[in-house]
Amino acid sequence: MKTESASKSHTDTWDLEIKPAENIFNLHLKDVWNYRDLLWLLVRRDFVSFYKQTLLGPLWFFIQPIFTIFIYSLVFNKFAQFGTNGAPAPLFYLTGIVAWTYFSDCLVKTSTVFRDNAAMFGKVYFPRLIMPLSIVMSNLVKFGMQLVLMVLLYLWYLINGKHIAPNIYILLFPVVVFIMAILGLGLGLIVTAMTTKYRDLAFAVSFGMQLFMYATPVIYPLADLAPKYKAIVSLNPMTGVIETLRYGVLDAGHFYSGAFLYSVLASLAILLLGLVIFNKVEKNFVDTV
Amino acid sequence: MSEIAIKVENLSKAYQLGDFGTGTISRDLERWWARLRGKEDPFLTIGEVNDRTVKGGSDIVWSLRDISMEINQGDAVGIIGRNGAGKSTLLKILSRITSPTHGNIKIRGRIASLLEVGTGFHPELTGRENIFLNGAILGMRKSEIQAQFDAIVDFSGVERYVDTPVKRYSSGMYVRLAFAVAAHLRSEILVIDEVLAVGDVEFQKKCLGKMGDVSKGEGRTVLFVSHNMSAISTLCNNAIVLDNGQLRFSGDVETAVKIYADDEPLNGDTAWEGNEGDEHIRLHKTWVVCKNEFNFFQTDSDLEIGVNFEVLKPVHGLIVGFTLYSEFGYELAYVQFDDRQSDSPELVTPGVYSKRFVIPGNTLAIGTYRIMFDLGIHMIKRIITAEGSLNFSLENVNGLGRRYQTARSRGRAGIFRPDWAVEK
Repeated sequence: MKTESASKSHTDTWDLEIKPAENIFNLHLKDVWNYRDLLWLLVRRDFVSFYKQTLLGPLWFFIQPIFTIFIYSLVFNKFAQFGTNGAPAPLFYLTGIVAWTYFSDCLVKTSTVFRDNAAMFGKVYFPRLIMPLSIVMSNLVKFGMQLVLMVLLYLWYLINGKHIAPNIYILLFPVVVFIMAILGLGLGLIVTAMTTKYRDLAFAVSFGMQLFMYATPVIYPLADLAPKYKAIVSLNPMTGVIETLRYGVLDAGHFYSGAFLYSVLASLAILLLGLVIFNKVEKNFVDTV
Repeated sequence: MSEIAIKVENLSKAYQLGDFGTGTISRDLERWWARLRGKEDPFLTIGEVNDRTVKGGSDIVWSLRDISMEINQGDAVGIIGRNGAGKSTLLKILSRITSPTHGNIKIRGRIASLLEVGTGFHPELTGRENIFLNGAILGMRKSEIQAQFDAIVDFSGVERYVDTPVKRYSSGMYVRLAFAVAAHLRSEILVIDEVLAVGDVEFQKKCLGKMGDVSKGEGRTVLFVSHNMSAISTLCNNAIVLDNGQLRFSGDVETAVKIYADDEPLNGDTAWEGNEGDEHIRLHKTWVVCKNEFNFFQTDSDLEIGVNFEVLKPVHGLIVGFTLYSEFGYELAYVQFDDRQSDSPELVTPGVYSKRFVIPGNTLAIGTYRIMFDLGIHMIKRIITAEGSLNFSLENVNGLGRRYQTARSRGRAGIFRPDWAVEK
């Protein structure tokens, strides 16, 4: 070991350089790829630890939506007389709830990533983005389970002679899921990055998500809204997503191509913004939590 | 010349002290405004040396300041310094947990750091599952873990429980498994914090052995932080000394340990001067020194314990002695200057006297000790009981029991580490 004045007789090739500030668009995605095994192991951990030592295990994924659609059908459809685009009310609500739950879980769980993992992040380096990505993936498992419930309900209606069928737009299903994931991830990344310094934001999230849901066509169809509210609700990137999903699955309502395109572009923009902010904060966040 | 593995250039790290919250937004805006105009952060311009004992004027403190050094491939470098000297900050920056404020570090080869064992262990998962998870967190690919899985389980010694959730493990088993994963990291550079203070003695022995392999056998570069000078001097060939965030020394390990040991506060209160007592006896000076050329408290050197006092009136039955206490307050020994006499005591006439007691080298084990002096008149009164008491800490750099660097062989399990003869 020599002090700095020592001679150097080698070429300047380094595997890693630790510097104070970097280009904000350097997102270290290659690093994330190198840690892909960790991503899968974390998803597995979440799933296994969720149902270990529970009596009903993965059944819990079903219980919550079943009760929710029952209440929604009763309150919003029977009492408040909200329309459902002519689709059976429970199925209408279930599609909305399943999609919304996935988006909301991604956002809420991502929004506490720094706080929840502060102890681990303070002791070991791995690309921090792995954590939020694992959350999005883990929730995909839950989403998949709830889709099974949706298919069962669908079949039940078919057997009982109800005339429902998907249309060609169901092919957009993977795109819809992808957009929900990146939108939830992007917003969650922004929130978690901000909460490392301004903790107030964490309180705003749980409350804000409830309001956010009412600004999204989950319990009502977009078509039933008065034009001036329709314009406001259309600004919500989740609107195009949920309407497209419902149209494809239930063939009820309309396909709003403008709203859908807007959802795609807005989600990509939010994801990029989230990644940039997250990457900036992750470098020093252990100093502030 | 061997290749440089780590090159640190003008590395500095500033921390903001105190509360965040009120005022943070306005400061952030001020910072942002300064940056927009291409100026430096206004809150970083006031530099301060990080000294815990002095209260600073600004709430920005430099935990590291202008550190520059190079570490060659295959070196085992000890990082030593007082608490708050910047050791942990340096490790955190090297581990990419936090980033520097100024300067940079260039690294050749894959770097893995071990600031804690068992990071990311999940209690519900089995030992097997946790090996994979923890390994991946430390940067191993799944295939690498797979290839070493048997070796890891074997090293940990918990084969029987490998499919049991780790929440049912004893804390010892938990640590064994966690360290076993870390010990099998395949990286060219390994950064290790003081993590060996865990586990039982047998396992510590194994870990230190494994660490020896890491630096010596496999040609890997190791950075090792410890307060244990014995471990540092055994495992490392080089060392750096940090002091208040600055690099005080970098070079061979013996010199580094001596520089570190010369810091006054480290040796405790090894000398006292004053004037305590009553109308019969006054205590003036006490001291403890280690009789070697560096004055460094080492287990293999003689210790001299001295007391200087004045007798004002003739005293019959003078008592001058001390009690030696362990770090935890146990009385280890009590001695008086006239222990070898058995006849009736003589009259001590007024005057200034000095007494020196010698504890031979290779008597006490490493550790911290306390000396309380006892001056008085037999059967009449005790005059000095607490005044002039001394503290000192012994390190084992060249002493006995250094072949196996474990707690027990260093003698921490006992108070004494004597050089008793072994016969065939």
